[in-house]
Amino acid sequence: MEGPKIYGYIYGFPITQTLVNTWIIMVMILVVCAILTKNMQKRPGKAQVIAETIVTVMDSLVGQTMGKDKMKFAPWMLALIMFLAFSNTSGIYGLRSPTADLNCTVGLALMTFFMTQFFGLKSKGLGGYLKGFLEPMPFLLPINIIGEFANPVSLSFRLFGNMLGGGIIMALLYSALAGLYFFPIVLPVPFHFYFDIFSGLLQSFIFTMLSMVFISGAMD
Amino acid sequence: MIGDANIVDFLLQFLGQFDGIDVIKAFSAIGAGTAMIAGVGPGIGQGFAAGKGAEAVGIRPDSQSDIIRTMLLGAAVAETTGIYGLIVALILLFANPFMG
Repeated sequence: MEGPKIYGYIYGFPITQTLVNTWIIMVMILVVCAILTKNMQKRPGKAQVIAETIVTVMDSLVGQTMGKDKMKFAPWMLALIMFLAFSNTSGIYGLRSPTADLNCTVGLALMTFFMTQFFGLKSKGLGGYLKGFLEPMPFLLPINIIGEFANPVSLSFRLFGNMLGGGIIMALLYSALAGLYFFPIVLPVPFHFYFDIFSGLLQSFIFTMLSMVFISGAMD
Repeated sequence: MIGDANIVDFLLQFLGQFDGIDVIKAFSAIGAGTAMIAGVGPGIGQGFAAGKGAEAVGIRPDSQSDIIRTMLLGAAVAETTGIYGLIVALILLFANPFMG
């Protein structure tokens, strides 16, 4: 498993493989959305049923995890889980996963971090927000501040480590099987199933769940 | 007969006959393997979470989906320390800061 390649520079900014693959995945999500929501009617067709199921499941998940009063976060969480699900499973169709790059995961985790702080500040007010750092005891203030900054670190490293570790194990497996005749076709299938599909979907679910828990925990 | 102080000298002398980069590479590989001992903790923690989850499903089968969701969340949080160990090992292997 190599690091993301750099294709070129625009005004000094490197155009990496991660960036290009992210755009490819964005286009794929847009195409899927366009196909699923084309020609919507009162009596839904097959595509519309799939789209409605996804939205309903995500709505109920957000309602259960964050509470009924925070349903406004459901679209953002659905967008997050869709992007993560597509990019974590992109190893199957040959793209290097964008989430196997620390830049991408830190960006996503920082969004959750700033949303946590902003909505905590907004719903509790400045006094309540600052008082939250002094609980349960005032002398725990440094621990609370460190704990607040540890959230994005652990969130981003968890996703990055899982995706990169899976990719490295797959690359080692392929290099070990390279000399054999037909084994490279057969043997990697269960490993792809585990590392790309199962682990990828589980990690995207966990990232979204933890974002929901952090944000709703900061607001209550 | 080699005394206590002489062992260190002997070791340094022994390492001194190799190229410095090779010594760094060898110790980085050992360090990467040692860092992955961190995988023991998440193994124990996730096993605990899965066992308790199975127990809870056995007691209340009707709330299985809630239990599994909570269990996966807890298992993911328990995994964090193991991932830190993995990152240290990956840095030592692929982005070694001691190699200049």
